[in-house]
Amino acid sequence: MLTFTLRRLLLSIPTLLFIAFVIFMLLELAPGDPMAQMPLTIPPEVKEKMRLALGLGEPWWVRFPLWLKQFFIVEPQYWFDSAFGTNFADGAQRIISFQSRSPVFDTIAQRLPQTLWVVGMSYIVGVLIALPIGIISAYKQYSVFDQTGTFVSMIGFSVPPFFSGVLLIVIFSVQLKWLPSIYDTTHVVNSWDTFMFQLKQMIMPVMVLALQTTAQVSRYMRASMLDNLGQDYVRTARAKGMTESVVVMKHVLRNSMIPVVTVIALGIPSIFGGAIITEQIFKVNGLGQLLIIALQGNDIPMVMTITFLLAVLIVMMNLIADILYGVLDPRIRYD
Amino acid sequence: MTDNSMDMTAKPRNQWWDVWDQFKTHKGAVFGLGFLIFITLFCLIGPSLWNVDPGKLDIRNKDVRPIYMAIFDSGAKVSWARPMGTDNLGRDIMANIMQGGRISLAVGWTAMVLALLIGTTIGVLAGYFKRLDGILMRFTDLVLALPLLPLLLVMMLLFRDPLRATFGPEQGIFILIVTGIGITSWMQTARIVRGDVMAIKEREFVLAARSIGTPARRMITRHLLPNVLSPIMVSATLGLATAIITESALSFLGLGFPSDFPTWGKILFDSVDRMTAFPERVIWPGLAISLTVLAVNYIGDGLRDALDPSIRGL
Repeated sequence: MLTFTLRRLLLSIPTLLFIAFVIFMLLELAPGDPMAQMPLTIPPEVKEKMRLALGLGEPWWVRFPLWLKQFFIVEPQYWFDSAFGTNFADGAQRIISFQSRSPVFDTIAQRLPQTLWVVGMSYIVGVLIALPIGIISAYKQYSVFDQTGTFVSMIGFSVPPFFSGVLLIVIFSVQLKWLPSIYDTTHVVNSWDTFMFQLKQMIMPVMVLALQTTAQVSRYMRASMLDNLGQDYVRTARAKGMTESVVVMKHVLRNSMIPVVTVIALGIPSIFGGAIITEQIFKVNGLGQLLIIALQGNDIPMVMTITFLLAVLIVMMNLIADILYGVLDPRIRYD
Repeated sequence: MTDNSMDMTAKPRNQWWDVWDQFKTHKGAVFGLGFLIFITLFCLIGPSLWNVDPGKLDIRNKDVRPIYMAIFDSGAKVSWARPMGTDNLGRDIMANIMQGGRISLAVGWTAMVLALLIGTTIGVLAGYFKRLDGILMRFTDLVLALPLLPLLLVMMLLFRDPLRATFGPEQGIFILIVTGIGITSWMQTARIVRGDVMAIKEREFVLAARSIGTPARRMITRHLLPNVLSPIMVSATLGLATAIITESALSFLGLGFPSDFPTWGKILFDSVDRMTAFPERVIWPGLAISLTVLAVNYIGDGLRDALDPSIRGL
C-alpha cells in the first residue's frame, strides 16, 4: 500500500506538469488580448512597451518554465517568509495579475475563506443528509420513504443551482423578506446577533450547494446498498440468525460504502465548480467570482493559477479516493 | 414429464418484455417517460402548430403577463394570443420555450451519446486488458484532473469565432458545445464501467467462460457488457441530465449560444434581471429544464431496477 501511495504521489508530478501545460497552451491560443480594454489613443509603440512590461514579449517556452518556477519555488518561499519571518524569496518576481497588478496569491488568499466556508459547510451538510436517506431508501425499496427520498434527491439533482438559487431568492428574499439575497463577506462575527446574521446569509448558498451533494451521494448510496442487499452473503448472514441491524449496518453498509467513499472524495472538486455558479447568484466574492472576472478580463496569470490550483485539488482527491478504495476493499490489491 | 412438455409449448419470450414489465411497475419512471415524450413532441411539433416566430419583436405587446395572472389580478395585461406572456421586447415566450427546447434537447442527446461511447469503450478496455489499464486510467485521471467548468468556459471563448466562421453561427456553437460537453463528461462512466468490469472479471462464470476458450471479443460482448449494462444505462441518464444542465449553465454564465438563438438556459439568464417584477419568465424555462432532467433521472431509476435481474420480480 505504501509503495502504491508513493508511486502515485510521484506519478502525480508529471500529471500536474502535463495539466499545467495543457491549461497554459489553451490560454496561449486564446485570442483575447489583455490590452484590448486600454484606450485606443495610446500610441502603438507605447502599447508594445506595455505588453513587454506585462511579460508578454517572450515566447511560450520561456514563459511557461518561468510560471512553473514562480508557482512552485517563488510563491512557497514568500509564504514561508511571511510565516516564519525569514528572507528566502529575496524580492524575486511573483505571479502578478494583469488586472490588479498585485500578486495573484494575495488576491486568492483574500477570496479563499469565503469560498471554503460556503463550499465546505455545504458539502458536510449535504453528505450528512445524504447517507441516511440512501441507506433507508435502499433497505425499504419502493416504500413511501423511498419514494419521497428518491423524489427529493431527484429534485435536488434535477433543479440546476442557477434555478434553485434564483427561486430561493424570489421566495425568501423578495416575497418573505426573511433572508438577505447578497452574501456580505465584510461581515464580522463578534456577538450573538452578528452570528445569527452570518447564519442567515449562509443558509441559502449552503442549501443550494448541499442539495446537489445530497442528491448525488444519496443516489449512489442507494444504488450501492441495493447491489449489496441482493448478494448471497446477506442471505448467509441472515441465515446465521444475525439481527437485521447487524446485517444492514455492519455487513451491507460497510461493503456499500466502498464506492460511495470514492464518490464523496471525487465530488469535492466538482462542488468548487458548482460554487462558480452559486457565487455568481448570491454575489459571494469568492474564488469562482474571481475566476469569472479574470476570464472576462483576459487576466491570464489569474485564470492559469486558479485553474491549476483546482487541478491540484482534483489530483489529490483522486489519489485519496484510490488509496481509500484499496484500504477498504481487500479484494482490490494494487501491489 | 408433463412440466417438460409444457415448457416446450410455451412461447419463448424476449427478455426485454420482462424489463418493460418491471419498468412499468415504477410509477415515477412511467411518468418520466411520459413527460419526456410530451416535452419532445411539444418542442418538435409545437412550432408547426403554434405559428409564432420566436424572434419576432412586437414592442406594442411587450411585458404581457401569462394568462393565469388574470385570475389573481384583473388589471394585469394578459392576452389569449400570448398564453405564456411576452418578454421585454415583445417576443412570445411559448414560441421561445419551444425553440429553446429543441436546441437544449438536441445538445443533451448528442453530447450524452458521445460521452457514453467514449466512456464505455475506455472503461471496458481498461477493465479487461491489464496492459491497457495503466495507460488508459492515467489518461482518464489526466482528463478528470482538469478543472472542467473553467476549461469549458475557456474553450467557449477560444473556439467560438473560428467554428462560427466555418459552420455558421448556430451550427458552429452547437458543435462546440456538444464536443465540449462530450469530451469532458465521459470519465465517470469509464471509471464506473472499469470498476465493474474488474469486479465481474473475478467472478466464477467468467472463469468458466475463459476455461472453454472464449476469445476476448466474445467475452466482452457476451459476458461483460450485458453485466455492466445497468451502470451504463444509469450513467446514460445521468449524462443526458448533466449535458442539459451544463449547456444551461454555460448559457447562464453568458458563454453559450448567441442571444438570437434561445435555449432554456439563455432565456433564464436573460430574465434574471427582471425576476422581481416578472418571476414567471424565470420560472417557465427553469421548470422546463428541471422537469426534463427530473423525468430523465426517473427513467434512469426505473431502468436501473428493471435491468437488474436480481432485483426484478421482487
